[in-house]
Amino acid sequence: MLKCEQFNKICVALDNCEHYQKFKVYRDKVLALGNDSLEKTIAIAVALCLVCAVLVSFSAVALKSLQVHNKELDMKQNILDVAGLLQEGVDIDTDFAEKIEAKIVNLETGDYVEDMNVAEYDQRKAAKDPALSVAIPKDKDIAHIRVKAKYAKVYLVKESGAIKSIILPVNGYGLWSTLYGFLSLDPDGQTVQSINFYDQQETPGLGGEVVNPKWRELWKGKKVYAETNQPSAEKGLIESAEMGEPALALIKGVVDNTKPGSQYQVDGLAGASLTSTGVTNLVRYWMSNEGFAPYLAKARTVKGVKS
Amino acid sequence: MSAVTAILNDETKKVLIAPLVNDNPITLQVLGICSALAVTSQMSTSLIMALALTLVTAFSSAAISAIRNHIPSSIRIIVQMTIIASLVIVVDQLLKAFAYDVSKQLSVFVGLIITNCIVMGRAEGYAMKNPPLESFMDGIGNGLGYSLILVIVAFFRETLGSGKLLGIEVFKLTKDGGWYDPNGLMLLPPSAFFIIGLIIWSVRQWKPEQNEKVEFKILAIAHGEGGHH
Repeated sequence: MLKCEQFNKICVALDNCEHYQKFKVYRDKVLALGNDSLEKTIAIAVALCLVCAVLVSFSAVALKSLQVHNKELDMKQNILDVAGLLQEGVDIDTDFAEKIEAKIVNLETGDYVEDMNVAEYDQRKAAKDPALSVAIPKDKDIAHIRVKAKYAKVYLVKESGAIKSIILPVNGYGLWSTLYGFLSLDPDGQTVQSINFYDQQETPGLGGEVVNPKWRELWKGKKVYAETNQPSAEKGLIESAEMGEPALALIKGVVDNTKPGSQYQVDGLAGASLTSTGVTNLVRYWMSNEGFAPYLAKARTVKGVKS
Repeated sequence: MSAVTAILNDETKKVLIAPLVNDNPITLQVLGICSALAVTSQMSTSLIMALALTLVTAFSSAAISAIRNHIPSSIRIIVQMTIIASLVIVVDQLLKAFAYDVSKQLSVFVGLIITNCIVMGRAEGYAMKNPPLESFMDGIGNGLGYSLILVIVAFFRETLGSGKLLGIEVFKLTKDGGWYDPNGLMLLPPSAFFIIGLIIWSVRQWKPEQNEKVEFKILAIAHGEGGHH
C-alpha cells in the first residue's frame, strides 16, 4: 500500500513538473511523425539507447557484488582443492581464512613483500599493468605468456606454525588458451602435492582433461628439480635438464615407473600433445629462475637438493 | 470476443509448436548452426545455452514487436541489434551472478548469442509484423526448437565422445579400466555437423514436405556437348 501511495505521489509530482509536460508533448509529437522522418529516426535512436543503457548498467551494478563474491569463492575453492583441503559441506570462506595464508613474493629477489595489501593484490591484473609487470625476453618465454607480474601471490598452508604446503600460481599457453592454475608443493619446494587449472579453454575431453581428477592424481609425489642430470626425454621433444634445473615434464603415453627419471615424468594427455607441451613448459618456466626458483630457495623449510 | 481469443490461442499455439519439428530453426531454416557446433560437446553447457537463447529470443521479439510501429525503417536492424545486445549482456551478467561455473564454461558463446541468426531472424521475420504476445511465443517456440536439436546433438557428442552424460559416467572408458574407447572426433566441432546433417536427413525422410524443390539439375552432358541447350 505504501508503495502504491509513493507511486501516486511520484505521478502527481511528475504531472506538476513543467519539464515532464514538455516531454509528453514532444513525445506525442514525435510518435505522430512519419516513421521515416529524420527527427523521429534520431529521437527513437536516442530514446532506445537511453533505455538500453539504463537496463545494462542497472544489471551490471546490481549484480556486481554477487559476481565478485562468486569469483573470490571460486578462487578460494581452487586453492583449497589444490591443497587437498576441500571438504563438502564446510563454509569455504571460513575454511579458507582458517587454513590458508596469502603472501606476496617479489619474483626477482624471492623475498616476501610486507608493505602491500595482500587481499587486494590481483596478480592477473598486475600482469597487464605496465607499472607492475615486466616483459619476458623472447628466448626465455617458454610458456608464451610475454609478460609477468613483478609480484606473485602465493599461498601457504600452515599447521601449528610449520608450513605444510606452498601453493604457487602458474600460467602458460596451451593449444587454444592460456591455462591458469595452482601448483602445490611440499615444504621442501621439490615434491609436488597437486596441480589444478582453474581457467582454461582447451578442447573438452582432450586438452580439457587437465582438470580430470584422475589425471591430476598422477602429479602427487613427482619431483620438480633434477637431482641428477636428466637426459632429454622423447628424442628432443622434451629438453634435458641439468642438476638443479626444473625437469618435470609430461611425456607421450604412460610413465614407466620402473625407469630412472620417472619421478620427473607425468602421463601426457591423450590426443592433446600441444596442451601437454604447454603444461610442461609452464611448469618448467615458473619453476625456473624466471619464476619461483629464487623464492623456493629461501622458502623451503626442508632443505634438499638445491640448498 | 471469444472468437478473437480463440484465434489468438490458435496463433500462439501454432508459433509455439511449429518450430519444434515442422519449422525448426536449425533443421528447416538452417539458422544458428555456429553455436550448435560450439557448445554441444557437453550436455550441461548446451542446456544453459539453450535456455539463454530461448529467453533472449522471446524477450527481444516481444520488445521489438512492442515498438514495431515506431521503428524507422532506415535504422531497423540497428534498433533490433541494440535490443538483442542489451538483453544478451543482461543474461551474461545474470549467469555470472547466479551460475558462475556455467558462465565460465560458456565464456564467449553467451556474448555470441547476439550474432545468432535465430534471434535476428525471428525479430526481422516475425516480430516486426506481429503483436508482442505472439512474438514472445514465437521466440519461445523457436528457442525450444533450437534447444531440442542442441540437446540431441549434445547427447550423442557427450556420450560417444567422453562416455558421460551431464558429467555422470555412462560408458566406462578404457583408460579407466572399462570397455569403451571414446571417439575423439565427437569432441571436436565437425562432429556436430555430421549429427545435424543426420538429423536433417531423418526429419526430411519422416516429413518429405520439408524437402526443398530442386533449383537446378546437373545434366548428364559429356564434355564438348555443352553450349547448345
